[in-house]
Amino acid sequence: MSRLTAHPIIKIDEKKEISIYYEDQLLRAKEGETVAAALLAHGFRIFRYSAKRNEPRGIFCGIGQCTDCIMEIDGKPNVRACMTIVHEGMTIRTQKGLGQ
Amino acid sequence: MSDSGEKSYDVIIVGAGPAGLGAAIESGKAGARTLLLDENQKPGGQLFKQIHKFFGSKEHFAGMRGFLIGEKLLEEAVKHNVEFRLGARVWGLYPDGCVTATDEENSLNFKGKKIILATGASENALSFPGCTLPGVITAGAAQTFVNVQHVLPGKDFVVVGSGNVGLIVTYQLLQAGANVIKIIEAAPKISGYGVHAAKIRRAGIQILTGHTIISASGRDQVERVIIAKVDENFNPIEGTQQTILCDTVALAVGLSPRIELAGAGGCEMTYSKTLGGVLPVHDDNMETSFEHILIAGDLSGIEEASTALDEGRLAGCRAAYRLGLMTLEDYTSKKVMILNRLAELRCGPFGNKRMLAKEEIWKKAV
Ligand code: FES
Repeated sequence: MSRLTAHPIIKIDEKKEISIYYEDQLLRAKEGETVAAALLAHGFRIFRYSAKRNEPRGIFCGIGQCTDCIMEIDGKPNVRACMTIVHEGMTIRTQKGLGQ
Repeated sequence: MSDSGEKSYDVIIVGAGPAGLGAAIESGKAGARTLLLDENQKPGGQLFKQIHKFFGSKEHFAGMRGFLIGEKLLEEAVKHNVEFRLGARVWGLYPDGCVTATDEENSLNFKGKKIILATGASENALSFPGCTLPGVITAGAAQTFVNVQHVLPGKDFVVVGSGNVGLIVTYQLLQAGANVIKIIEAAPKISGYGVHAAKIRRAGIQILTGHTIISASGRDQVERVIIAKVDENFNPIEGTQQTILCDTVALAVGLSPRIELAGAGGCEMTYSKTLGGVLPVHDDNMETSFEHILIAGDLSGIEEASTALDEGRLAGCRAAYRLGLMTLEDYTSKKVMILNRLAELRCGPFGNKRMLAKEEIWKKAV
């Protein structure tokens, strides 16, 4: 899991870096990317633990359909990480079950 | 829910992928007051993750890469005064043409004389022990992360499914610098186009046919998968299991029409294996069992972006004609032109099956 640096077809633009907080840890994210992309770029892929069996879940569909990737974002539970764009100072937490 | 602030349109289109954009362009061009709704912040549907060149004719932008086609279509829709409402997730469709949506904060109500549904498809999942582990993703997700977000969602991939999606996504993963260990395919032969398969083989990636995934496992995320050979009934053969170390499994096991909204609108449904499962009955004007609800694109049968675009155009023209904004003569000539182009896309061993399946559906509509 890493960011692309060079690509034969896609132009990788220099993007402004911003700070987000994942489990109180400072991470550098790129402006305009999704929470899911920022976390994957840093090697984090467990986004929540399921309510009934406490099993780890991460991204599945990547386009907002499956809700497997829901997290607690800015204090709000059940937010889809693959559909939410990062912003400066955003706080992100692994969701436990139905969230608080 | 209050009715206040309900806005009226001639044509409301749900879904801003190639089908929705095609419909919006034609309806806007004919002078219909057109609204295009999409739950994403950006229109284009899945076009912006397509970095490969498209097939088809000039009208299908053959030779152009998907994301550039997306930009061209957007430009055209804007030129024809289509109103966009992005970040609006449509959840309700009523017999009187009322469409309800939410933008996370507010409830939004719209009313349309004609509704064109272009809600697309969702990727199929596959059930096996470990299929919910982080690291098991759809091929489309891999494509979104790599081509749109520019992040590799894993390092060592196993791709399941050798249809065009599996083959194209494998190639794009390689272009992005990922390691694709193998493609596995349960069928006895590769199911996608030969040109795509040849590219994969040239890159040295093995396509293992007659194999299925048995399980994925690892501590809190994928660390390995077990695969096995299958017999002619797709049952795993004892003693053929092998373990592959990998961190990501990308599933390319087909797509299904996203029918929820058409179902909410009361559209009659039918089933077609070739076209991806349950879908709304429709005729060759793209009208469903309700005259005022039209459909286009993957919702009306899983095909390709090019067919979706043309079906969208046809639906847009039909809506304009029904609204009295286009003469029967004009509509008929456009319809013939578009259906001819679609017939070109629906030929060859793959396309022909889809053509026959489409004709079956059209017959049910009368
Ligand atoms: S990964 Fe499916 S909704 Fe986010």
